[in-house]
Amino acid sequence: MTDSDAAIPRSTTRGKTRGVRPAGPLPGRPKWQLLVETGFEWLIRFCGVSAIVFVFGIFFFVLREGVGLLFSPDFSLTEFLFSTKWYPTSMSHVRYGVLALMVGTASVTGLSMAIAVPFGLGAAIFVSEFSSGRTKETLKVVIELLAAIPSVVWGFIGITVMNPLIQETFHVPVGLNVLNGATLLALMSVPIMVSIGEDALKAVPDSYREAALAMGATRWQTVYRVLVPAARNGLLAAVLLGIGRAVGETMAVLMATGHAVNIPHSVFDPVRTLTATIAAELGEASVGSGHYQVLFLIGILLFSITFVVNLAADLVVKGARGQG
Amino acid sequence: MTTPLSRKLSGLFCAALLCLAVSACGKKKASGNSSAGEHQSIQNIGSDTMVNLAQAWAEAYAKLVPTVSVEVSGGGSGVGIAALLNGTADVANCSRKMEPEELKRAKAKGEDPQEFLVGYDGLAIYVHKSNPLDQISLEELSEIYREGGPVDHWAQLGAGTIPGAKSDKIIRVSRQNNSGTFHYFRELVVGSHADFKAGSLDMNGSKDVVELVAKTPGAIGYSGLGYATPDVKILKVSQKKGGPAVLPSIATVHDKSYPISRPLYMYTPSTPPPFVKRYIDWIVSDAGQKLVVSSGYVPLPKK
Repeated sequence: MTDSDAAIPRSTTRGKTRGVRPAGPLPGRPKWQLLVETGFEWLIRFCGVSAIVFVFGIFFFVLREGVGLLFSPDFSLTEFLFSTKWYPTSMSHVRYGVLALMVGTASVTGLSMAIAVPFGLGAAIFVSEFSSGRTKETLKVVIELLAAIPSVVWGFIGITVMNPLIQETFHVPVGLNVLNGATLLALMSVPIMVSIGEDALKAVPDSYREAALAMGATRWQTVYRVLVPAARNGLLAAVLLGIGRAVGETMAVLMATGHAVNIPHSVFDPVRTLTATIAAELGEASVGSGHYQVLFLIGILLFSITFVVNLAADLVVKGARGQG
Repeated sequence: MTTPLSRKLSGLFCAALLCLAVSACGKKKASGNSSAGEHQSIQNIGSDTMVNLAQAWAEAYAKLVPTVSVEVSGGGSGVGIAALLNGTADVANCSRKMEPEELKRAKAKGEDPQEFLVGYDGLAIYVHKSNPLDQISLEELSEIYREGGPVDHWAQLGAGTIPGAKSDKIIRVSRQNNSGTFHYFRELVVGSHADFKAGSLDMNGSKDVVELVAKTPGAIGYSGLGYATPDVKILKVSQKKGGPAVLPSIATVHDKSYPISRPLYMYTPSTPPPFVKRYIDWIVSDAGQKLVVSSGYVPLPKK
């Protein structure tokens, strides 16, 4: 995102200077080369802008499908946001309360971050500062491999491995619960945190390490007194991107959290997330119905949540650049 | 779990088949052989419960008779009948008998829809293998599943403690709120104007319900009779508490003694075109009924 942001102004300024330049080929350069160059310049400009077009296009589409319900007489925004009653297909009394779903998403994401942040940042510090040579390379490859596992495979692991494991270890009746989903999400977001966190630590100039060493600091002191504060913004961005991943994840949580509309009282209660609800119900909701529209409203809600998280990550990264 | 997706895919597949078939016909017509390659399509609309089964029939029939393509869509039994009366459907799928009101509308249009019994839908109540309970009544099921229903613990059903269960709580396993099974269970057990108790584990497929119940000692769930595995226990079901309870089986569904079952019908106009009649004849034949079993429903009695 930030790379393409940077690329757009550069290409436009170049385009402007080209526009000012008098027409006609430069001496010694065939005309077709210039044409090809202009063509590619436009192509790249299009690629840069297309991301923005797509984001707004998607937002507009989701908004158009869902916004009608906001003005319908039997819909109340207060009920939508603060009621736990989710009965979109009731015959007697249709109720669209997504509070339980929001709490579900928040609880799974929160717990997954509580697991993933220490592991992710710890692994980043180990890879960047304490390992070298073959260990470092192996670790990086394996962690990247972890990122490549599709989420539906994680879901299967949740059902077949984690479910009985949680039942047996913690003596709880259901193994498909917050803990199960959060563990899977943690495993899925750790690779992102490690690679971004490691980059942030690598970006700290070696002179910092040398200075710490010269002051007689141990390696541990170097890490937590010098490197982590210096790479603070990069590490924070790593965490925020991990959160974005966790909030938006669908398939694994659909399979592993038990999919029950429920405000959890402990990590062993099954819950249902916003994303999983859309995935499970949109396929058979008839187009244009209240149920269909409310699912798109949930989409808008999710869009806003991830947008805020990503924006925060972006701002933090900008802060990191400014400081560096 | 993948029903909507697979339905979409199969829809695409059917569309592709249709294109192929149309182009094949075009070729035949071009070569002057128009009578043999006449392409016909059957619009098959109706019950959501039957949509997967109807799709399975359509796909198998397309392989058997490539010149007839069957286009299946859901919407509900009422939608199917309405489409039949409007003339937009050739065959209506209906998971209930036609209502008198609908028959009157048909009569007004000078139609006398023909009814074909094509199979049965029976829902079994599944519990974990170690559950000591043997039977349950519809009332008790309603008290477990209904919003505001008083039964939350196995002890309330006199089941005592279930070996291996970590608590006495009943873990309710249900279906996502737009599946045909969900609607049928709500209509028959929970009450069509009541809602399910929140907090049930809503699975995305009939098979998932049985699999979860097999792994969870305190669980109870409902799913098609065809999805039974040796890892779960099927409860006998009675109408009233203490009444005679019946184990679901093909025989008890046929003689209507099992309470959670219903016949599945297909309706056609009074004089269906011959290719539609041939399709229905194939459905009630052994080859068609085999697909009823593999889709998790109960086939017609053997003649």
